Amino acid sequence: MPLYLEIIVCVLLLIGGIFLLVGSYGLARLPDIYMRLHSPTKASTLGITGVLIASMILHSYLQEFISIKELLITLFLLITAPVAANMIAKTAIHHEIKAKEKTRGKELINSMRNRDAPPE
Amino acid sequence: MRFFPMPFHSIMLFVVWLLLNNSLSAGQMVLAAFFAITIPWLVKDMRDEHPKIRRPWLAIRYVLMVMKDIVVANVEVALLIIGPIKKLQPGFVAVPINMSSELGITVLASTVSLTPGTVSAEVSKDKNWLYIHALHLGDEGALIKEIKSRYEAPIKEIFGC
Amino acid sequence: MLIWTITLVAVCICIALILNLWRLIQGPSVSDRILALDTMYINTIALILLYGMYTGSALYFEAALLIAMLGFVSTAALSKYLLRGDIIE
Repeated sequence: MPLYLEIIVCVLLLIGGIFLLVGSYGLARLPDIYMRLHSPTKASTLGITGVLIASMILHSYLQEFISIKELLITLFLLITAPVAANMIAKTAIHHEIKAKEKTRGKELINSMRNRDAPPE
Repeated sequence: MRFFPMPFHSIMLFVVWLLLNNSLSAGQMVLAAFFAITIPWLVKDMRDEHPKIRRPWLAIRYVLMVMKDIVVANVEVALLIIGPIKKLQPGFVAVPINMSSELGITVLASTVSLTPGTVSAEVSKDKNWLYIHALHLGDEGALIKEIKSRYEAPIKEIFGC
Repeated sequence: MLIWTITLVAVCICIALILNLWRLIQGPSVSDRILALDTMYINTIALILLYGMYTGSALYFEAALLIAMLGFVSTAALSKYLLRGDIIE
């Protein structure tokens, strides 16, 4: 395997692994559910994209045929991650889980729960 | 048009079938073409009416811009997550939106979830307000203005609604 | 070099999975547990792809695709159940 390809694959893998670790670290560390939602939807999605692109390059080289089917998983995850985050946020709001004390605009949770316009 | 009631879906089925099999052989092409014609024909009565993409080039530019924003925003969010938690100032914001189509609102909400340090949480019943949660809320007015000008305006132009 | 990188990244992902597991056990709310499960799916996809790269076989791609799809569907079903007390309305 040529050195430049190996370096590209390694760098992509490392970026992916670091972002996945940061996403899970944020999930374990951040104080309330609304803040925790941010780290898996963003950091983990980018991390998995890095790993998938690295896998795409490596398999294209190994099979001597452009193998871009990993793009399917990437696109699927990019489309579904915000939907999943939105549904989890909805369940948290529905169960009236308290946000952290210093969160701004906490009074909006009530109007969100009833899907009303915000109070003026 | 009679053979392709949903042309966009037909193209997507064709491409995805070839991608899944990872081949360009004649047999798979014929099979993919068969699926691309029959499946839309079978399900055409079940679809909802959605606004069509009016400006395809703008749509492609929008996708590329969002890709770039995803990378930039993710690095920012990763730094915020590693950094000190006490400095974070989370907050809920209600963003006024004026879009009639549900597809447009869905695309906007997904983009907002993926790009800056925000997650869309809920849409009000009258579809005039999008509630978002920001991980680090600096200036509320600036955030609303950025979402409206950077993401909402092009989506409205793309779908023409 | 590639083998070493794959091992290192696999270690990172295993630590990430342990952190997810901690959140899954710790809670405190059900939404947190669903979120932890969803993140575990993503990390598992990465781990399977890494194993596929390690062995140099493309067979594991299908497993990763299946986990991605089932993961999203189960997250959506669990959220829907919590939201309405019913999955199919």
